[in-house]
Amino acid sequence: MDLSLIWKAVIALGGLALLFGILLAIASVKFQVKTDPRLNDLIDALPGSNCGACGFPGCEAAAQAVLDGKAGVDVCLAGGANAAKGVAAVMGVDTTNTQRGVALVHCKGGLAESAPRAIYQGIDSCAAMDKTGGGSKACQYGCLGLGTCRDACPVNAITIDEDRRRWVRRDRCTGCGLCVEACPRGLIEVVPRGQEVLAVCCSRDKGKAAKAICSVCCIACKKCEKVCESDAIHVVDNYAQIDYDKCTQCGKCIEACPTDVLVRVAPK
Amino acid sequence: MNEIYRYFLIFLGALLIYNILLIRFIALCPLIGVSTQVETSIGMAMSVLFVMTMSSAASWAAWNYILKPLHVGEFLYIPVFILIIASLVQFTEMVIKRTSPSLYRAMGIYLPLITTNCAVLAAATEAVKPGFLKLNVAYHFSLPETLVYTIGVALGFGLVIILFACIRERLQTSPVPHAFRGAPIAFVIAALLSLAFMGFANLLGL
Repeated sequence: MDLSLIWKAVIALGGLALLFGILLAIASVKFQVKTDPRLNDLIDALPGSNCGACGFPGCEAAAQAVLDGKAGVDVCLAGGANAAKGVAAVMGVDTTNTQRGVALVHCKGGLAESAPRAIYQGIDSCAAMDKTGGGSKACQYGCLGLGTCRDACPVNAITIDEDRRRWVRRDRCTGCGLCVEACPRGLIEVVPRGQEVLAVCCSRDKGKAAKAICSVCCIACKKCEKVCESDAIHVVDNYAQIDYDKCTQCGKCIEACPTDVLVRVAPK
Repeated sequence: MNEIYRYFLIFLGALLIYNILLIRFIALCPLIGVSTQVETSIGMAMSVLFVMTMSSAASWAAWNYILKPLHVGEFLYIPVFILIIASLVQFTEMVIKRTSPSLYRAMGIYLPLITTNCAVLAAATEAVKPGFLKLNVAYHFSLPETLVYTIGVALGFGLVIILFACIRERLQTSPVPHAFRGAPIAFVIAALLSLAFMGFANLLGL
């Protein structure tokens, strides 16, 4: 065997490797792109699933938007509080005021609590039912329970039970607000996550009329208004509404309420 | 053989008759891996076309001007070609990142994937050792022939991976038996597609 082949092989491969090494080294200096060092940290802080729910094309674009000031630290809907915390840590800002809210359906009445006035036979859509003569429920303000909000929820945080009552899983809800837009009756509100005392009825019917068709409606008795020490709850349009800024969450209104419209949800 | 007709045969052979994915079963990993969405498969196909053409031309030059004159090509071509492809991809990535951020965003994530892709190495190897076409065994491609051949291979890759992605997008809404969801049904479909492509065998005597 020709031993010079070994030298030739070493020279050919080694020479090429050296050539490319030098070329790449020069290129890396010459074609260097200056990026913000925080960009990679931000990408790490985001989930990286590129779901696009934030409105930016992918997590990298969202991270860039945060750097450019086009988006807040709570840009990530899917990542929720954890992602916001990570992004805020990279950007060096506080997260206390950036926590997203949680969805609340302002109606408690299911089939058992709320009287029907007709039988609806049509497609499974709250909007369709609402258009069909105002729905099958006697209450013209309450939840129809066909699950349009559940279908709109990207994280499956809303469930509807067989009694057509809906439950928001607060651990899953990211407060994106898609269900707010989906509800044809405008019953859903994104409330601050820390708010535990909530009023869950939207019926504008007068007390007696409301009571006649639903067992869990606000009858506008104003008992809650009287016991509230911080002027946080008022009956407006015949139903109780809480001012979340003033509410101290003492819970006295819950004890006073005769129809269980005021509730305390478990803190997360 | 007529000059243009030969180019046509080389192109057609690379594109359909000896399709790299479905007939020769090279680069099955991207076929299964990045074919879940049409959009990503188009990105992958474009990147493969780009890298494969460049790396084959470079490999052809290395073979004809370095390896062959030194008589070391027979045992050294694979490491040398891998070296060339890897460096070239790195270099291209840097240039694209600097010169065209939008192109980098479109192709960026696929370029590093392609570095070690067997299809690229196979195309580069066959550019210097065209063994599969029923041509003279001692035949060697000229540079234009290499380019035509490689573009044919890359377009064949793109054609199949985009076809496959279209089918898989459709599959996501189909009632596939639970045990077959995901990769199993993808392999079944790849096999059926492969059978279809075997219909091209012996077309034009290739």
